[in-house]
Amino acid sequence: MNTIDFISKILWPPLWEGLGVTLRLIVLAIPLGYIGGVLIASGRVYGNKLISSFCAIYTLFFRGTPLLVQLFILYFALPSINIYLSPFVAAVTGFILCSAAYHSEYIRGALQSIKIGQMMAAEAIGMTKLQAVLSIILPQALRRSIPGCSNEIIYLVKYSSLAYMVAVIELTGAGKIIAARYFEYTLVFSVVGAIYLFMVSVVTLALHNLEKKLAIPGIGR
Amino acid sequence: MIREYISLIIQTFPYLLSGSITTIGLVCGALGLGFVLGLPMAIGQVYGNKFISGFISLYVWFFRGLPELVLLFLFYFGLFTTLHLNLSAFHAAILVLGLRSAAYQSQIFRGSLNSIGEGQMLAALSLGMKKYNAVYDIILPQALRISIPGWSNEYAILLKDSATAYAIGVMEILTRASFVATRTYQPLPVYFLTGVIFIVLTYGGVKLLAMLEKRLKTPGFGEER
Amino acid sequence: MSKITEGAKVVLRVENICKCFNTNEILRGISFEIKKGETKVVIGPSGSGKSTLLRCINQLTVPDKGSIWLEGEEVTHHMKDISRFRQKMGMVFQDFNLFDHLNALQNVTIGLIKVKKMDKKEAEAKAMEELKRVGLEKQACLYPAQLSGGQKQRVSIARALAMDPTVILFDEPTSALDPELIGEVLEVIKDLAEGGMTMIVVTHEMGFARSVASEIIFIEEGIVIDQGTPHKLFTNPEHERTKRFIHKIAELYGETENNQ
Repeated sequence: MNTIDFISKILWPPLWEGLGVTLRLIVLAIPLGYIGGVLIASGRVYGNKLISSFCAIYTLFFRGTPLLVQLFILYFALPSINIYLSPFVAAVTGFILCSAAYHSEYIRGALQSIKIGQMMAAEAIGMTKLQAVLSIILPQALRRSIPGCSNEIIYLVKYSSLAYMVAVIELTGAGKIIAARYFEYTLVFSVVGAIYLFMVSVVTLALHNLEKKLAIPGIGR
Repeated sequence: MIREYISLIIQTFPYLLSGSITTIGLVCGALGLGFVLGLPMAIGQVYGNKFISGFISLYVWFFRGLPELVLLFLFYFGLFTTLHLNLSAFHAAILVLGLRSAAYQSQIFRGSLNSIGEGQMLAALSLGMKKYNAVYDIILPQALRISIPGWSNEYAILLKDSATAYAIGVMEILTRASFVATRTYQPLPVYFLTGVIFIVLTYGGVKLLAMLEKRLKTPGFGEER
Repeated sequence: MSKITEGAKVVLRVENICKCFNTNEILRGISFEIKKGETKVVIGPSGSGKSTLLRCINQLTVPDKGSIWLEGEEVTHHMKDISRFRQKMGMVFQDFNLFDHLNALQNVTIGLIKVKKMDKKEAEAKAMEELKRVGLEKQACLYPAQLSGGQKQRVSIARALAMDPTVILFDEPTSALDPELIGEVLEVIKDLAEGGMTMIVVTHEMGFARSVASEIIFIEEGIVIDQGTPHKLFTNPEHERTKRFIHKIAELYGETENNQ
């Protein structure tokens, strides 16, 4: 069987299915991870001592340990205390928790870089601290953290491949199965690699355009 | 139950710890390879001609665009077999992670090189130095110092990514942990301990690099008067 | 000169304000009151606590001792209610502190929409009125990064005015401006004074102080050294210290009592 036939008839259908699973993982994990990051960063900067410490420890753990270890804990270790997560749920949970920690560091840096005068002016016209954070501080901080958070989103697109290690048959997993069966590792993973390169390039471009669209006029001239 | 956990942890700790030697070897090897390749690539991108610069950009795009897991499968099971390279999983992992780290490190160094003011190069050339000397004696010493924070970040990332070598059977910390977990039916404390070991290695290494940065710092640099 | 009607009510009363930062006693018992329509100008050397005083009035800094009364109601010790009081006290900062992600119009409307709960159309109409008042209706769609320093400060005055405050606090409004831009801002503040707005202005601009103030307060090292009408303070100050300060400033700015 020649290469073209192999790719189109044998390889492509399972890869296509795997790609669907990957996309489902990503579409859930990216927004929820980002929102988690905003919450953790806000808790760290504006919360009381208890909330702030919790957020700090959370970030320390999820940024200090490999994502793979976190996935193993969620999928292999939790059952021993009677929490049973399906592979997909374990993977998505791990991605959300982990990327929230990374996002929160970028957002925290951005929050702390906003001049204190902005908060003072907001309070001076009678806004409560909550109103000031929501209307004045966050809109600016979130824009500033776009480069860092974009970086993290792209990482997540690639790290979705680790879901295979907890039995989710996403793109990489589908590839491994075919490659092992037909012993065509180079070919299969070249195709898989090309698909990832395509996804990463598309996401990079989209995020770059988003950053341009949201830029505040006049800044950076 | 807690007492069980603690005795289990004490028993398995040495075994896991010996895995960390493999991990550290893996990380050092990959970081080293990444440095040896990445620094020249950065210099090539900043000072080289369009052709060299373009090729390096392609390399960077490739190795940063692919997931680590896919790279490991592609190289270890695929390319190395096709090319009849008989590398152990450990050496293969160092090679793959090193090639990948080179891509990331090249961008760190490139940023640092670009941030050194043009005036430094102008002054060096006006003294009669050749471009090569100027880069080696004037620009690099400064650029390398500025790169330490970014490099420290790369260390932390590489350390955590080394766990992925589990997928090709390298006997690092996570692989050993999974053996212990399946044998003792106690995955929770074992993987938790694994996490703690990684945290210690990560932040310990970052702290060491921060101390190094302090030692090498140019006096007065970066402080506002 | 600002208009003061006979028997005007006391709008703001400051009683014995004290504030320490670490071991530094910045304010050591400041008291004064201001009637409706008055413009009080506060002068004094750097570090004398003038900015801190203004921030204690609207509780952006909480004083250690003393009390503030706005239209008969106590502001201090009522932190839960402080937003309500702050709506009635406008503040204009030395560094403008315009909201960087909003254009000029939005900077003025945001307080109206979020704090006064006006609807968007009403808020925009009012905001345009205030921008017109400070001469910036054409710049409504520009962002702070696109405005000059003088324009930024005028927007910030419009933002404070839009809230219909009882009193406006100006914290060195022209200190961060290039010399040629100072005039346009002082013009606006003068107009406000002539229109009967109650204001406290901390400034180094002596010429401005003389022409606009109903009373000048001289503060040094946290206490009120001297207080009186411009005429009295500039031509016949009670205290030696005041005399020396006025002279120094006059030298710096090239003015003397004679040629102003």
